[in-house]
Amino acid sequence: MKGAEALLRALEQEGVEVIFGHPGGAIMPTYDALYDSKIRHILVRHEQGGVHAATAYARASGRVGVVMATSGPGALNLVTGLADALMDSTPVVAITGNVPRALIGTDAFQEADVTGVTMPITKHNYLVQDVNEIPRVVKEAFHIAATGRPGPVLIDIPKDVQLADFTGDFDGALDLPGYKPTTKGHPKQIERALDALEKAEKPILMVGGGAQHAHAELLAFAERTGLPVITTLMGLGAFPGNHPLWLGMPGMHGTVAANRAIHHADVILAIGLRFDDRVTGKVSRFAPHAHTIIHVDIDPAEIGKVVRTHIPIVGDARLVLKEMLKGAKPLRLAGWWRELEEWRTRYPLRWKPRSHLQSQEVIRAFYEATGGNAIVTTGVGQHQMFAAQFFPVTRPRSFITSGGLGTMGVGLPFAIGAKIARPEELVIDFDGDGSFQMTLQELATVVKYKLDVKVVILNNGYLGMVRQWQDLFHAKRYSEVYLADSNPDFARLAEAYGIKGVRVERKEDLRKGVEAVLNADGPVVAEFKVYHEEGVFPMIPAGGAAEDMILDHPEEREREEVEA
Amino acid sequence: MRHVISVLVQDHPRVLNRITSLFARRGFNLESLAVGTTHVPGLSRISLVVSGDDHTLEQVEKQLNRLIEVLKVTDHSEPHVERELCLVKVHVAGVEERLAVKDIQEAFRARVVDVAQRSLILELTGDSKKVDSFIEALRPYGILEVMRTGAVAMSRGERTLKVREKREAV
Ligand SMILES: Cc1ncc(C[n+]2csc(CCOP(=O)(O)OP(=O)(O)O)c2C)c(N)n1
Repeated sequence: MKGAEALLRALEQEGVEVIFGHPGGAIMPTYDALYDSKIRHILVRHEQGGVHAATAYARASGRVGVVMATSGPGALNLVTGLADALMDSTPVVAITGNVPRALIGTDAFQEADVTGVTMPITKHNYLVQDVNEIPRVVKEAFHIAATGRPGPVLIDIPKDVQLADFTGDFDGALDLPGYKPTTKGHPKQIERALDALEKAEKPILMVGGGAQHAHAELLAFAERTGLPVITTLMGLGAFPGNHPLWLGMPGMHGTVAANRAIHHADVILAIGLRFDDRVTGKVSRFAPHAHTIIHVDIDPAEIGKVVRTHIPIVGDARLVLKEMLKGAKPLRLAGWWRELEEWRTRYPLRWKPRSHLQSQEVIRAFYEATGGNAIVTTGVGQHQMFAAQFFPVTRPRSFITSGGLGTMGVGLPFAIGAKIARPEELVIDFDGDGSFQMTLQELATVVKYKLDVKVVILNNGYLGMVRQWQDLFHAKRYSEVYLADSNPDFARLAEAYGIKGVRVERKEDLRKGVEAVLNADGPVVAEFKVYHEEGVFPMIPAGGAAEDMILDHPEEREREEVEA
Repeated sequence: MRHVISVLVQDHPRVLNRITSLFARRGFNLESLAVGTTHVPGLSRISLVVSGDDHTLEQVEKQLNRLIEVLKVTDHSEPHVERELCLVKVHVAGVEERLAVKDIQEAFRARVVDVAQRSLILELTGDSKKVDSFIEALRPYGILEVMRTGAVAMSRGERTLKVREKREAV
């Protein structure tokens, strides 16, 4: 058996069913072995598409996503996706070929120091020097990727190692003396946390992506205690977006209710989140009344990193919530809820209606037509925030977006990965005209594997989010954000790939357009030409605090006052 | 505040790279780094000198602990022995200077490890402060070269930098 066959055997042993990838010289022995393997391979058109698809596969399924690439340029094309997976704690294993051992370090053809380059953007990485190490390395890589705080792991294998004769075995044990994640929360701390919640007058429960797998326990805990729930962008879907205890998303484009709740809270129970600056705003002004912050996280390094924590609980969100559930009592929060209810009803998410078609109403129309039953993926920009605001998913693992790195171009490859993970689900990618053009070549992958994904491009003719910041903070000096003069006709572009194209330009055609997308048998690329100068509101400017929240565009407010 | 940190690692290729890359990426200030193997095959011990406030130090330790090949991290705040080795090549013009340098050498209990016509190499071990003053004392004579290893540290008494159960203490 050659090293390449041993590699595939080891992957099969890990239960790998699908690999996203793109071949090349240095990984050819493994592609040759793949020819005889049961593992399904999805050929993408760019390695970045492959790693994003593997990421979404992991997020949608709860399993490890796998991507494969050749040496040098192939491997380097994984960089953005690996960083994205690291920031959003997603279990991905990347396998890359490298030049033969004898050529490493000689600037050989297609050589790059891939383990060096990916060191700060992976949870761990390996350069396999000995063919007989392959099974152990694969086993360790999957273990590291999926346990503790999940993350990407890269395995770089020189071509001659793939070709070498394998004489080892497959039942070696893990050898990771320095890796023992704590999963069970400390009972004393859990007791203190419950005690603090019981004494609290204005407690809140904040939930992040680290609790996606703990949705059942989370729901039970929230319902038992009656705590108001706030989910971060990464936490969307971990708690049902249509539940009466849900206050929405916090932070820069969060709801008034969620942000005010944080601002006034006395006790905060934060689970599986890392207090990203898009959530906290200016840290010194974050949650000024919270005398007790309880932080549950599997990664001890996250606790106390950004905000001061009074009750740290290192552990897995699900196991900790399970323990907490045992001692959880209904809390008396009637007065607090009256306050929250007031903010919630007074400041719902809304938009200022215009005569022109608008992103928000397009997303809302899809939400209504589907009852929220879809897996949503997004690009990065205004459309991403609108999707988070107006398509509140009800089930876990169903809102797949780039939170930490904010990577434009993830939308389509995320949709591909999600569809392959959960083929029975409706998958909608809400994308921007800018974001979509970063990875649109993956339409070919959609065609090749007949993937029924619905791409909804909210075409505002701008790099909208940047334009919004220029509008608000750079005196409307729209520097290099205009796209409309050079955008393709997206519907015709889709047709060039053999995919159904839909174009909607007028408000009155919205329903018909939504139906055309949802009723189509197979993939669709739909372009909705939306108002070009829309803004995402509410907004807390970068580095601001809850009190600095802008509810509307300042000019709109003036206009309203004049009209009144 | 200056801290000396000991880190026990698996001596895999690139493990030093991972540690320095971590410091670079997180903006931690690394003053010195000294590495050597231990009596347990496969394990190396690293001494780091870092400066920063309590919060930074806590992060340094936690982030180091996240590295898969790191087995143990200790901040030597407890009583510990700290040593640094330093070699100084000093210019000696004539007999008078040679005698003066010899006085300094004796005062610091340094050793002469190389004698040449117009220069000496002196070797000194001690904590970093002692090394600093040694160099200052020699400075007037014309220092030609200085080589310091960076501090290494070990806790006093029974305390050891132990690896979990199954490994031998180091
Ligand atoms: C790869 C990458 N490059 C640049 C950015 C900076 N950026 C953030 S949002 C945005 C504009 C996105 O435009 P579009 O995809 O059209 O979405 P819109 O905001 O118009 O909805 C840009 C350029 C980014 N997030 N990612």
